[in-house]
Amino acid sequence: MKEKLQVKDLSYAYHELSGETPALSHISFDVEDGEFLAVVGPSGCGKSTLLSLLCGLLEPEEGAVLIDGIPREKSRAVIGYMLQRDHLFEWRTILSNVSLGLEIQKRLDSAAKEELRQMLTAYGLGAFQQARPSQLSGGMRQRAALIRTLALKPDILLLDEPFSALDYQTRLSVCDDISSILRARKKTAVLITHDLSEAISVADRILVLSGRPGRVKSVLKIEFAPEYDRPLARRNALEFSAYFNQLWKELRTDEDKT
Amino acid sequence: MKTKPDETADTQDTFRAERPENRRISRGSDPEVSESRPAPRVKSADQPEKKQPPLSRRQREFLEQERRHRTNVRIVRVMMLVLLLALWELFASFGVIDAFIFSSPSRIAACFLRMSRDGSIFLHTGVTLLETLVSFGLVVVIATAAAMLLWISRSLAEILEPYLVMLNSLPKSAMAPLLIVWLGNNMRTIIVAAVSVAVFGSILTLYTGFRQTDPDKIRLIASLGGTRRDVLLKVLIPSSVPLIISNMKVNVGLCLVGVIIGEFLSARAGLGYLIIYASQVLSRVHILTRLHIVLFLGLPNFHLLTLQAHDNISLI
Ligand SMILES: Nc1ncnc2c1ncn2[C@@H]1O[C@H](COP(=O)(O)OP(=O)(O)OP(=O)(O)O)[C@@H](O)[C@H]1O
Ligand SMILES: [Mg+2]
Repeated sequence: MKEKLQVKDLSYAYHELSGETPALSHISFDVEDGEFLAVVGPSGCGKSTLLSLLCGLLEPEEGAVLIDGIPREKSRAVIGYMLQRDHLFEWRTILSNVSLGLEIQKRLDSAAKEELRQMLTAYGLGAFQQARPSQLSGGMRQRAALIRTLALKPDILLLDEPFSALDYQTRLSVCDDISSILRARKKTAVLITHDLSEAISVADRILVLSGRPGRVKSVLKIEFAPEYDRPLARRNALEFSAYFNQLWKELRTDEDKT
Repeated sequence: MKTKPDETADTQDTFRAERPENRRISRGSDPEVSESRPAPRVKSADQPEKKQPPLSRRQREFLEQERRHRTNVRIVRVMMLVLLLALWELFASFGVIDAFIFSSPSRIAACFLRMSRDGSIFLHTGVTLLETLVSFGLVVVIATAAAMLLWISRSLAEILEPYLVMLNSLPKSAMAPLLIVWLGNNMRTIIVAAVSVAVFGSILTLYTGFRQTDPDKIRLIASLGGTRRDVLLKVLIPSSVPLIISNMKVNVGLCLVGVIIGEFLSARAGLGYLIIYASQVLSRVHILTRLHIVLFLGLPNFHLLTLQAHDNISLI
């Protein structure tokens, strides 16, 4: 398969008057077209920084990000970034919140608006188009944030702990839904998560980062039989706990060293 | 999409029950406020059937309680005014306070009547009101624009900040004679004086507020392909509306102060002019009447803004 996203020897440090914080050091990995990559690592190891670098919010200090083999800044591919918190604007209705991206890129016409309405309905938010974000539950807000990201029809989707604000039950079902949507649409996705079982249940591969400054510790290939295609089904598969233990061990060895 | 059905249904119900009723309250008490709500209008066109759900008992109780609270606040406010006026009148007539210095409500009313018969009070009040409104408008526009400029350029902000602090703390009344010499003895001088009283502090407040915008919200706009202009229009300004309004509240007062100072020095009309004129002929009653008009000029403005701010904060 073709590489959609290539990360080559990426390093980044934050600079402040009080000193320098190295966040990432010499990160390299590839993501194939249509692949779902999960990234796990201890808190503060630079996972959010990595996504900011991938989508161009930050410029790498060393190394490069290639999309379809072209440097990111020259590529015309659309990257959707779902931030750690939903950041729905309270002064906008849900409908105008999810149309924010299209509005900024001046692509919001009545056809696009109709499509957004349909998406909202499909994701169970149809009755809340004119509601304010504070009238929605946490899970509904996350879905609205996802629609806002998907509205731009991104080729690559970057998800920064999108489910972390949800209660466990909602989290399982939203995660199941979202990953099925992404798989159905054959999106290339990078998902950051703290939850190891979440990573195993959605990902094709898992990238394990070390503590700060983040380095690639290992890459774990996840393979399930085809009947276990949905995240909830994967959790019932026999291999699941084996993968879990393996991943747990990878992270633990990192902890022991520091 | 299948989330737990009960959760969705539940939130939806409260949503249906609450929204239209909330709007009914605000429409009943102050029509211009409900006009300023832009979005919900669209909904009524889309889903008209949502507007007449039966209210639950608790919701009705809650609304009743809110209504009672508002009525109580109004009644006590009015009663306090009546009480103060009555005490003042009593103390003055029994000689507890010197009526020659402090006057009394009845004398002020008589004086006001006399002056309104020849129409002079309306002319002077009108002039002061006009000057205040013009300078207030200028302050809001200039301060918001300047604060945005400072936000756009960090270097400019850092260079100018000490100068702004200095200008803000400069005693403007001391500067007023200079303005007269420079701009002449006219309304322009008064408006410049009033603007100078309010504008620098306003710029500083707004700029500080702008800088506190959540950096993640700015990142969100950037990740959606937005520029700094989008950040300004879609995040900074809407999220600063409550701040801008509370700042406006302070500015109305400051502008009035500035206008009065200006009129003390260089006017042929206006309440400040009247006060100076009266103090020259030493008529306390006159001074006090005018002072009270000044006070009442400030009150409705303040009230209007509070209502708006209240509405906007509940929106945001
Ligand atoms: N704007 C910033 N300025 C300075 N240092 C920063 C900044 N953002 C992050 N850092 C530092 O960089 C390191 C990596 O941050 P990052 O947000 O990428 O971590 P993370 O892996 O996403 O953590 P978490 O799992 O808790 O979200 C952290 O140690 C943090 O202290
Ligand atoms: Mg993070």
